[in-house]
Amino acid sequence: MTSNIGNGNDPSQAGHSGHDHAEHPGMAHDEEAGYYAVRARAMESLLVEKGICSPNEIQTMVDRIEARSPADGAKVVARAWSDPAYKSRLLNDPDGALADLGYRMPENSPKLDVVENTESIHYLVVCTLCSCYPRNLLGRPPDWYKSLAYRSRAVVDPRGVMREFGFQVPDSTEVRVLDSTADLRYLVLPRRPDGTEGMSEEQLAELITRDSMIGVSEARSPQTATAS
Amino acid sequence: MPQVHDRGGWPTDEPIDREEHVLSDWELRVDAMHNVLSYKGLRRTDEMRRAIESLSPETYEACSYYERWTAALEILLIEKGVVSKEELDLKHAELQG
Repeated sequence: MTSNIGNGNDPSQAGHSGHDHAEHPGMAHDEEAGYYAVRARAMESLLVEKGICSPNEIQTMVDRIEARSPADGAKVVARAWSDPAYKSRLLNDPDGALADLGYRMPENSPKLDVVENTESIHYLVVCTLCSCYPRNLLGRPPDWYKSLAYRSRAVVDPRGVMREFGFQVPDSTEVRVLDSTADLRYLVLPRRPDGTEGMSEEQLAELITRDSMIGVSEARSPQTATAS
Repeated sequence: MPQVHDRGGWPTDEPIDREEHVLSDWELRVDAMHNVLSYKGLRRTDEMRRAIESLSPETYEACSYYERWTAALEILLIEKGVVSKEELDLKHAELQG
């Protein structure tokens, strides 16, 4: 497999023949100082030497990315469940509604659409091409979201995929799969579970899982939440 | 046949592996570098996608997620003249000691 790869865009192969890592580029992440780990350090060093960015800037960004999590999305959904006016604003003007809660999307970030799951329509989000995902609200996508299996199967067998996640969509519910792009991302507004009347936004947020905001499952019921 | 990255509807019965791997430090930093460069106007999401999509099918399939991101970053930095391949190779050799 390694001998004749090459369309000019295979950095792993360049200047590297006969080296172990060239044989197994996909395994390098588990090895200490694998090919790509070193390559990444080399790029970082050069960017720093050339004054393009500082190690500190990169570390600050690492921390910022790490700080994002599905708790952010859950806060937004909990507000939408609790306040119908906010919900309609979120569906019609996501950027404005998010800014209300202190989530300002960076200037160059792609458009975000918020879609609402109901009894009649269930949305499921995938990125068949790569891994587009509302990172600002959910953090990094889980590994399975980026997996070839999910990307392949979500568009042809969404019900089967959701069953794998333990979620059976009723036959009477229409399933719509949304394929994200570099220019448009989606956040699913899951259905509010029964038996949650009178719960505070903080309590509601506990029920709102990452997977329910991707659409592969639904929000937890208060019973499940107490049991776990 | 669609291109290698265009996975929607590819025939497979492979179950979805829901195990998460813990990111290594270099993976975190590659992610961050992409973001920092994006803020500085040196990298755009669609450029990055195009770079990833230009990898050969063999490399694409063999690489982990952040390995692809690393390969794409290299393509973009060289293309934009931010670094040259020669200096990158040199630095790489130096770091490998």
